[in-house]
Amino acid sequence: MTTTLEQVTLVSEDHPISPYIRMDRMPHIWCSSCGIGTVVKCFAQALAETQVDLTKVAVVSGIGCTGRVAGYMKLDGFHTTHGRAIPFATGLKLARPELLVTVFSGDGDLAGIGGNHFIHAARRNMDLMVILVNNFIYGMTGGQNAATTPLTAKTSTMPFGNYERPFNLAHLAASCGATYVARWTSLHVRRLTKSIEEAIERKGFRFIEAIAPCSTLYARLNRLGTGFDLMRHYHDNAEVRNGADTRDVGIGFQDRIICGKFVDQESPTYLEARDEHYRSILGEKYVPMPREGGWLHE
Amino acid sequence: MKADPRGVLTGVHYLDGDFACGEGAMAAGCRFVAGYPITPSTEVVERIARRFPFMGGSFIQMEDELASMAAVVGASWTGTKSMTVTSGPGFSLMMENIGLAAMMETPCVVVNVQRAGPSTGLPTMVGQADMMQARWGSHGDYEVIALCPQSPQEAFNLTIDAFNLSETYRVPVLVMMDECVGHMTEKVVIPPAEEIELVPRRLTHVPPEEFKPYKVNGSPVPEFARAGDGYKFHTTGLTHDERGYPAMTKACQETCVRRLLDKIRNNVDAIVRIEERDTEGADVVVVAYGITARVARMGIDLARREKAKVGFLRLITAWPFPERRIRELAARVKAFVVPEINYGQMVLEVERCAAGKASAVLVPCGGGGVHDPKDIAAAILGAVR
Repeated sequence: MTTTLEQVTLVSEDHPISPYIRMDRMPHIWCSSCGIGTVVKCFAQALAETQVDLTKVAVVSGIGCTGRVAGYMKLDGFHTTHGRAIPFATGLKLARPELLVTVFSGDGDLAGIGGNHFIHAARRNMDLMVILVNNFIYGMTGGQNAATTPLTAKTSTMPFGNYERPFNLAHLAASCGATYVARWTSLHVRRLTKSIEEAIERKGFRFIEAIAPCSTLYARLNRLGTGFDLMRHYHDNAEVRNGADTRDVGIGFQDRIICGKFVDQESPTYLEARDEHYRSILGEKYVPMPREGGWLHE
Repeated sequence: MKADPRGVLTGVHYLDGDFACGEGAMAAGCRFVAGYPITPSTEVVERIARRFPFMGGSFIQMEDELASMAAVVGASWTGTKSMTVTSGPGFSLMMENIGLAAMMETPCVVVNVQRAGPSTGLPTMVGQADMMQARWGSHGDYEVIALCPQSPQEAFNLTIDAFNLSETYRVPVLVMMDECVGHMTEKVVIPPAEEIELVPRRLTHVPPEEFKPYKVNGSPVPEFARAGDGYKFHTTGLTHDERGYPAMTKACQETCVRRLLDKIRNNVDAIVRIEERDTEGADVVVVAYGITARVARMGIDLARREKAKVGFLRLITAWPFPERRIRELAARVKAFVVPEINYGQMVLEVERCAAGKASAVLVPCGGGGVHDPKDIAAAILGAVR
């Protein structure tokens, strides 16, 4: 017996976040059940909720699966080199301070090859919002070990299981001075959206880690089932602990995932510290970078 | 467009090449500099760090040269004229993002005060061995412009020219100084701001909904939209179409990369600058650049005492290379003599362009010092015979 499915025409323009997405680039390249799209949806939703001026939002990505986000957002979007999204974003922000500069990239990009920039931007309290999608693996290149791969998890370059100690990224960011640190999974759609909304309204180095399933590689290499099974794992094992000591939130293989807002504090941003310092030392002679409009050489 | 007087230190100064280069950048309207300390280039950013707070500039010392170059590319997308400064080891680290700047067509200036390599080499004595790296250092096919000042005055002038060329062609422009020029102190005349002509960023006036960041119209160089002006454009290091969208096809690669090359290759005559003396009736022409051009003139004087008929051609732009002029001269001279502080780089280009019609004789010098002019004279006399 055969069943005929009724043809359904999806009108993508009707999707609530379509104004934030380059619909002319759909369909995207991400695998079905990948978690990146969900995080993008949360980001778009947060932009909608906060009603920020979209002409003043820039998104900067590096390389990798999440690195493609900059190309799908209908914003000034920069798809840069591997690991260098944060310094690229630093240049953008310093040269045009009125921009809300968002770095949206993966764990391999920001914590692996770009780790040095990550810690220095946090140390400087550079005015950047960093959304890091952590799927514990290098996806684009085919499932290699990451700086975030939990101990014993299998990857294509650790075929007998990972024996390298991974980063606890929330703790790394917090200990380097990030003013806002939160972690959610792609299952926590509303909480993640809320966190991004909060981060948009904060200043300084804001770090949001979004744990997301990679069914094609991470789940397959570790025989964890489908993306749906990973979502079930998040459902059963994520524990919300706002204000948790970030030393205690490291992630083990298929272990509990501590989520929540860990840090939310005020501290002078790089630009504030610089302006205040120069004003106190140089007084009237100090000429700050134009607050708005950038340097126009026309 | 005239220079912003706040950046122009008008007057007659006694400056080294590094300081003069920094002054040139500020006079050119550079208001974003990211750098990482490396001798013998650091004085450029030290000068800028001290002066920027008085002219609205933004200097940041980044965590490494990878970050410095990435920050410069980012800053330039706001329309701000941007620069970084380094020497050999840092230049190596900048290569990937120089390629990004070339691919995204981002105007920017990179100064390399060359010291002897390879690797850490001779910190920090003179070298000129990064000339081929300047041309080919980042992967893939791309074109850049590279200028070679021979004095502090020229370090000032050519840094301004570097910014103007980067705006005109939307390419990274490399100022290939050397440690001798960087550290020698000479008279530098800085003119009044109103006498300094600058090329502004060519901003688009197409409405945002119609704008395509890599669409060309007449000019081979697309119009520019700044981040934050409402264009919501996309740019990428991937092969892209005129919308700036990735397009992984052979046809798009051809269109995209071909234009990056052609915008320079089809304008070589407009870009190339050389200084030529006494080539009429010469048997031998000495081709040199940077500090070696000055040493070579002494070698030429020595050779002339032995009745050699010697001409002189100085490369002010090393890249693009003055191919046409070398070909013309090759038809009439016996040989080119090419002294350079390396074991043979630009001489390869001279040899290629001479195409067997004249020989190309390298006068090598490994670095750590300049040539003995007698060696250059001996090479000239050997080539005449």
